[in-house]
Formats: sequence, structure tokens, C-alpha cells
Amino acid sequence: MTRFSLAALVLLLSLLFAGAAFAVKPDEVLPDPALEARARALSEGLRCMVCQNQSIDESDADLARDLRILVRQRLVAGDSDQQVMDYIVSRYGEFVLLKPRFSLRNALLWGTPILLLLAGGFFIVLTARSRRSTATAALSPEEQAALDKMLAD
Amino acid sequence: MVETGHFALVLAFALALVQALVPLFGARTGNSRMMAVGGPVAVIGFALTVLSFATLATAYASSDFSVANVWENSHSLQPLIYKITGTWGNHEGSMLLWVLILTFFGALVAVFGGNLPATLRANVLAVQGAIGATFFLFILTTSNPFIRMNPAPIEGRDLNPILQDLGLAIHPPLLYLGYVGFSICFSFSVAALIEGRIDASWARWVRPWALVAWMFLTGGIAMGSYWAYYELGWGGFWFWDPVENASFMPWLAGTALLHSAIVMEKRSALKIWTLLLAILTFSLSLLGTFLVRSGVLTSVHAFATDPTRGVFILSMLTLFIGGSLALFALRASRLTAGGLFHPISREGALILNNLFLTTATATVLIGTLYPLALEAITGDKISVGAPFFNLTFGPLMVPLLVVVPFGPLLAWKRGDLLAVAQRLMAAFAAALLAVLVTALFIDGASAFAALGVGLAFWLICGALTDLAVKSGFGTVAPDVMLSRLVGLPRSVFGTALAHFGLGLTTLGIVGTLCFGTEKILSIRVGETVELSGQTLRFEGLYPSQGPNYSEDRGRFALLGADGSSTSEITSAKRLYPVRQMTTTESGIKTIGFSQLYLSLGDQATDGSVVVRLWWKPLVTLIWGGGLVMMAGAAMSLMDRRLRVGAPSRRRKATGAVPAASLP
Repeated sequence: MTRFSLAALVLLLSLLFAGAAFAVKPDEVLPDPALEARARALSEGLRCMVCQNQSIDESDADLARDLRILVRQRLVAGDSDQQVMDYIVSRYGEFVLLKPRFSLRNALLWGTPILLLLAGGFFIVLTARSRRSTATAALSPEEQAALDKMLAD
Repeated sequence: MVETGHFALVLAFALALVQALVPLFGARTGNSRMMAVGGPVAVIGFALTVLSFATLATAYASSDFSVANVWENSHSLQPLIYKITGTWGNHEGSMLLWVLILTFFGALVAVFGGNLPATLRANVLAVQGAIGATFFLFILTTSNPFIRMNPAPIEGRDLNPILQDLGLAIHPPLLYLGYVGFSICFSFSVAALIEGRIDASWARWVRPWALVAWMFLTGGIAMGSYWAYYELGWGGFWFWDPVENASFMPWLAGTALLHSAIVMEKRSALKIWTLLLAILTFSLSLLGTFLVRSGVLTSVHAFATDPTRGVFILSMLTLFIGGSLALFALRASRLTAGGLFHPISREGALILNNLFLTTATATVLIGTLYPLALEAITGDKISVGAPFFNLTFGPLMVPLLVVVPFGPLLAWKRGDLLAVAQRLMAAFAAALLAVLVTALFIDGASAFAALGVGLAFWLICGALTDLAVKSGFGTVAPDVMLSRLVGLPRSVFGTALAHFGLGLTTLGIVGTLCFGTEKILSIRVGETVELSGQTLRFEGLYPSQGPNYSEDRGRFALLGADGSSTSEITSAKRLYPVRQMTTTESGIKTIGFSQLYLSLGDQATDGSVVVRLWWKPLVTLIWGGGLVMMAGAAMSLMDRRLRVGAPSRRRKATGAVPAASLP
């Protein structure tokens, strides 16, 4: 059995990105710089399906190259960015998107940061409030009576 | 003889069990002799682990291929340094390094913990022993590096070429020193929960340990990032990869811990929260180990087909994380909450810091685990990559960075926000100037980029303002100010340095991401290419032979204004024949704080070579900032108040020790 021996972070990274030095090849680059820039931006959001957590812009796997060329073909054909993405998702599934869609299924994923921030902030405010009220409302009626008595004397 | 090491490891496991049980029992029954067992056992356990590690390292250094682990990860032709670093360049050896560092820290507590209350010391050592015992058992049962092979192979299978780099000598040890350093904070927290009280010595011990662990983890992450940057050959410095996130989460939580521990130490507030953070930080370290080691990241299915290691680590996680959190739920109410403070105060600012940092930690956590959980539960596969983290983590960091300069300038208990804002006017003006200069004078600068540069300058100048205000700049004579500056507590310098480093890292990230340029082209010998004002001429490909690889070195001349060559950049394609792996050695030229990064591709039949070229403005500041943050932590550690049991007077070095004689 071949087993990857993973030393540290970089080791696993190295496996993921091994040979990633050449992703976009010169022959893929579109002549129109604006179109090419759009293609690059889209590529960065698309996952190379056979790699791990690597975009097709970074990968030199054959499948990534096919996808890059496909993205460029769609762009040249006049698709909008959204149309290109929809087309690719329809062929490869949502797994291909490095940025998950805002859907009910991903609600927990997208919602956690903001919910946690709000809940944390709320908790802090509440704690501070209750602390302050206990700190200031310190005198009980008996103490108040004793104080009044002392002041009256 | 690796059998000696194997035997020592078994002994160390047995001793760890003793260390876990006897002092704990002694502390419960008030038996001082049983409590005292912990110390010597921890020290001897450490010595045995050193012996065990040393025998494995020796087997590596002497290329003893009868040891399966050495055979799998070494080769007789490797340079000696890579033979030695190969010891931890694999799963089994790196786990041994992990436990070596764990026992080292345990021994430190045993040796220097004389001034701790006896029961606290006993309980801390017991928790350390329990962690150690579990890891020893893990190594012995699932990841034993000492298995022999018979007959012994003649030659090894070579270390993964990507790891044959100085980075492997530095990155994993630093990272593990950080990960495992937080185990001490964890053990102190669990010990406090077992006892049901937190006394003054608790805070005085936990903060320096958090600082030490944080310092090493910062260095480990920065080093890992730089290593990936130059070794992987395409110039990225952070990938939001689960493996990176695994180390980043303890760092974020540890940073929060560092800040809340200040409040606890100075104002004895936030005790319960600090304790929880200490538990969470080490839990995230364990989780990181789990994520990287169990193979669950490679694929959920791979994890299911060979689950021994994964299941062991998962049970370990449940035991330690679940156990400590249950203990926390049970006992935390016994701990008394401390001092009162106004929301606008140093405490308030530090709470804000904690809120944002913990939310950021949770964001990274959910982004890393969500796809795994979703696939395990519903079978649906989704990807969570860099765009998700940029969209969530980024917005969480910006407000945090904006308030950083306020924190150290606010007074404890009740601060004056207006007065602090006035003091920060100069820093604000500098930041504004940076925004304007960027927006007006740099071509193609977006509003986002300009604001990013402004934020970085705000942090940098804010850190300087902190020092200036505290040394009385503008209110006292220059010589008085200078003497005050020198006399400031080291921790004040530490804070300023760390925040300054944060500003540098921010500047580096903004510079690289917003102003970097890139070119992909085919080039022939003698042709030139120009990128962001730098001109390169391709001089040709030259074959060359290394000790255990062959390579084609592509030489490029960096041309000056007059067209003459000023220096040379070399990028190579290497072939390691044993593993039949090719690697790209990137060519990097540092110009100021920026770098020209060159990566060589395949050679075409017509003699031209594919080259990818990047101009990375200010990129070195990303890691330079990390080094400055480390220096800040080191400076803070030298603060007298933190040196537990330090003699009241600093011992002055008698006579001048020549610097060269120091190791």
C-alpha cells in the first residue's frame, strides 16, 4: 500500500500542489486582455475536481486545463460571468464552486460568523449591564434605613 | 539500536501513566509524597523520550534501512541535514517529535514549578501526563517508527523531494513548539477546574506560557507560509487550505488568549473566559493534529477505509475536549468573577478583540469542517475555498485592526476615548496621507487597495504613537523622554512591536495582492522580458547534477538601466530519480522589500521555455511582520513581572562576553 507520509503542513500542501508551477499556459491566454482577466477571475473561483482545495487557475492537472479552456470558450462565445458559472455548475455540480452558494443548505456555513458576532456582542452587553446594575443597586432597604438613620443623627 | 528507543518509548508510556494518576490521587487525598512523584517522573519521562527520539534520529543519520520508517523516508545519497530532518518528515517521526516537545514542557513545569502551590503543580503534571500517555499509546499502537524489516533493503525510498529543504528543519519544530506549548495553558486550566479555584500564581504562569507558545506558533506559521511560497513554485503565500487552517485556528484562539490573560493578570477579571479560551486553544491544536493526521481531509472515504489512526485520534479528541469542557461546565460557576470596568476601557477594548478573534476562529473552523460534516451527513459534496474565507474572515479582521491602536492607549477601568483619539491624530493623519498617496500616485490602485495601505499605516503609526505617548513625547524634554522610553516596561515594547509587526504583515499582504503583477510567456535564449520596470534576459538552460537529483537550471540576467546585467536569477526544474518526482526551484530576487519571482516551466520542441514571472511588491513584509511579532512576544517575555521566581535584581554579566563566543 502506498501511503503518503505527511510531515507537516507543507508536506500535505506539497502533495496538493505538487507540480503546480504551471497552471495557465501561454497558449491558453486569450488575445483580449479584458476577457482574459475575466477568465482568470472566474478560474480562481472554480475548483480543480481532481485536486484538493486548488482552483483551476492554480492547477496544472489536465482536467483543470480542460475547464480553463471551457471557461474561455464560453467567454469568447459571449456568455456573462454568471452564465459561465451556471453552465459549469450544471455540468460538474456545486462541488466545483470554491465559494459555496448562498442557499438554505449552506445557511449554517454563511450564517455562523455573523450570528456568532451578534450573539457574542449581545452576551457581552447583557453581562456588562447586569454587572453594573448589581454594582450600583447595592443597598438593601435595611441598609438604606440604617443610612438614613445615621444621616439623620 | 532502535530497539533501545522502542524500549525507552514503552517505559516513557508507563511513566506517563504514573504521572497521570499518582499526583492526581495525591492531590485529592492530600498525600504530599504522592504529589511529589509527578516532578521526577516527568523529568525521567522526558529523558526517555529524548533517548527514543535520538535513536530514531541516529538510525536516520546512519541510513539504517532495516528500520521500515527510515527505509520509507530516506536515501543514502541525501545530504546529512536532510537525513536528520527526515526524522520528522513523516507521520511516525513527527508524532514522536510532538510527544518529545510535550514531555519537554512537562519537565520544565516540574523543574521550575517549585514556587507553585503543591496541589496545583501535582494536578498540572497529572494532566500533562495524561496527554502524554495518550500520545505514547497512539504512537506505540498505530504509528510505531521502530518496526524492523527483515531482510533489510539495500537502499531507501528517499524523502519526499519537496521536503528536502531547510524549511523542514525549521517549520515543524516551531509549529509543534507552538501547538504543544498551549498544552501547558490547557493543563493549568484543567488543574484549576479540578481544584475549583484560580489563584494569583495561575495567571502569572499561564500568560508567559501562552506567550511562548504563541511566539513559536507565529514563527511556525510564518515559516510554513514562506516555505510554501518559494517551494511550491507559484508564489502563493496563503491558500486557506484545511491543513493551514488547522494551524491558524490555534493561532487565532491563542492570540485571543494572550489578550484576555492580560486582563486577568492585571485586573483579575475575565477569569472564567480566559480559562475557557486556554482549553479551546489547545483543543484546536489537538483538532489540527487530528485533521492533518487522520487522513480525513484527503477524503472522508480514505478515512473510512483505514480508520485505526483516525478513530484513535477522534476518541482522544472526545476524551480531552469533551472531558475538559464537561469539567468546565461543572466547575466554572465556582470560580469568582473579578473586577468591574466601564465599557470604554482597556478591558473593554480587549473584550472587543476577543469577540472578533473568537468569531474569526469559529469562521475558519466552520469553513474547514462544514464540507466534511455535510458530506458525512447528507453525502452532498461542496467546496469551501479561498473566496469564502476572503468574504467572511476579511470583514471580521478589518474592524479589529481598526481598533488595535486604541487598545494600549486606553486606561484600565475607565478610559477616555476622546483623549485617546486626540493622541492618535498623528497616526490617523499618516494613514490618511498613505491612502491619498496610494490613490493618486500609484497606477491602477483601487479604493480597496488604498484603504488597505491606509489601514497598515494606521497600525504601524498607532504602535509608534503608543511608545511616543508613554514616553511623554512632546510633553517633556527630549532627554527625559529618551530615558523614559528606555525605562518603559518590556511588555509595553512587546505590545508595540507586535502591533507594529501586524501592520507590516498587513502592508505586505495588501501590497502583494493589490499591486502584484504577473506574466506568462514562452521565451528563447537571448530574449528579454519586462515586468513592472524590471527587465530580464534569458541566458539559457544549463544541466547540473546534485547529490540525489539532476536539474536544468534556467539562468536569467536582471538588466540595469543601461542594459548591462546587474545580477542573475536562477530557476530550476529538478528530477529526483528515486521517487521519479520533479520539483520546480523558483528563482527569487529580493529588491527592497519586494521580490521578483520566477518559475521555470517546460521546454518546447522549438527551444523556447515557458516562464511564469511575478512582481510581488512588499511581499517580504508578510513574513518580516511575523518575525517582528515574534520579537514582540520575546520582548514581552523579558518583562520582569513575567519572570516567575526571577531574582529581584537582574544578574549583570560579569565581564564582557564576546558575542562571537556565544553559540
